[in-house]
Amino acid sequence: MGSISRTLGRATLRDIALTCLAVFVIGLSYGAIAVASGFPLWVPAVQSVLVLAGASEFLFIGIVAAGGNPLAAALAGLLVNARHLPYGLALPEVTGRGWRRLLGTHVMNDESVVFALAQPDLPRKRAAYWACGLGVLICWPGGAVLGALIGSAVHNTSAFGLDAMFPAVILALIMPDLRNRLTLRAALAGAVIALATTPFLPAGLPVLAALVAVLLLAREPVTVP
Amino acid sequence: MKDTTLVVAGIATLAAGTFAIRLSGQALRARITFPPRARRLVEAAAVVMLAALVATTALTQGHGFAGLARPAGVLVAGVLAWRRAPFVVVIIAAAAVTALLRLAGLS
Repeated sequence: MGSISRTLGRATLRDIALTCLAVFVIGLSYGAIAVASGFPLWVPAVQSVLVLAGASEFLFIGIVAAGGNPLAAALAGLLVNARHLPYGLALPEVTGRGWRRLLGTHVMNDESVVFALAQPDLPRKRAAYWACGLGVLICWPGGAVLGALIGSAVHNTSAFGLDAMFPAVILALIMPDLRNRLTLRAALAGAVIALATTPFLPAGLPVLAALVAVLLLAREPVTVP
Repeated sequence: MKDTTLVVAGIATLAAGTFAIRLSGQALRARITFPPRARRLVEAAAVVMLAALVATTALTQGHGFAGLARPAGVLVAGVLAWRRAPFVVVIIAAAAVTALLRLAGLS
């Protein structure tokens, strides 16, 4: 993977490193929250490695801790993770074959997909995808285990405003796409739909309901290169 | 934790199902020749869901409002990102603004 730094350049690598740091910090709070909710350490540890999708893991922990059925919690988590289907469709061939394909599929997440799509050509898309994907594969479980070990010590993440980092990271990453006026309009409509449905839809579904906003692009003239 | 077996089954379901979702998108892409228009819509779909994720994680907590401090921090980050401020500045500003507002007594 030594070619990743040559392919990507320093600025993109720094952005990926900072994103992984943010993932690590969110992982800390995840591990601490899981332990504080009464789960043994292996639950956030195993989940963070095998599921590797933060929002669905938070949701699973939350539903089970509130007394929900773990299988129902898993189904809710799968709905949250349904967004990985269009991610897989939107990505070019970045994973390769054999074990690379398996590992590359597993490290598909919000951050690695956005970094890949933001790159101008296939070699750089591939390098960004793997750098960010592997970084998250290390930082998310690492943060979760450390957070679970520290336990109550990092309970007060809100005092440092760390909960604002996750939406800020995603927003900064999609900003290049939002400069397209039609994409921006659809994104804003989707955000409004998600917010309007949050009070009454089960967690995770508002983000899927936002997909209705893609219909705004249905009449867009085709000007794709 | 009430029933370890059920929790293990839940985690296994979530992990296997998530992997299947991640794999199926790629498998479909290899089999279907995607016209540029469909490709554009699918890429837009990912951006729309990510924007919805930004809105809901910035503004809501559970089924209710998250308070003012967090969305204010994310708003400042959004303005900075729009004006092409460095990524580092954007993310640190989000946390700093939110932390300072909470220090000032705003939730």
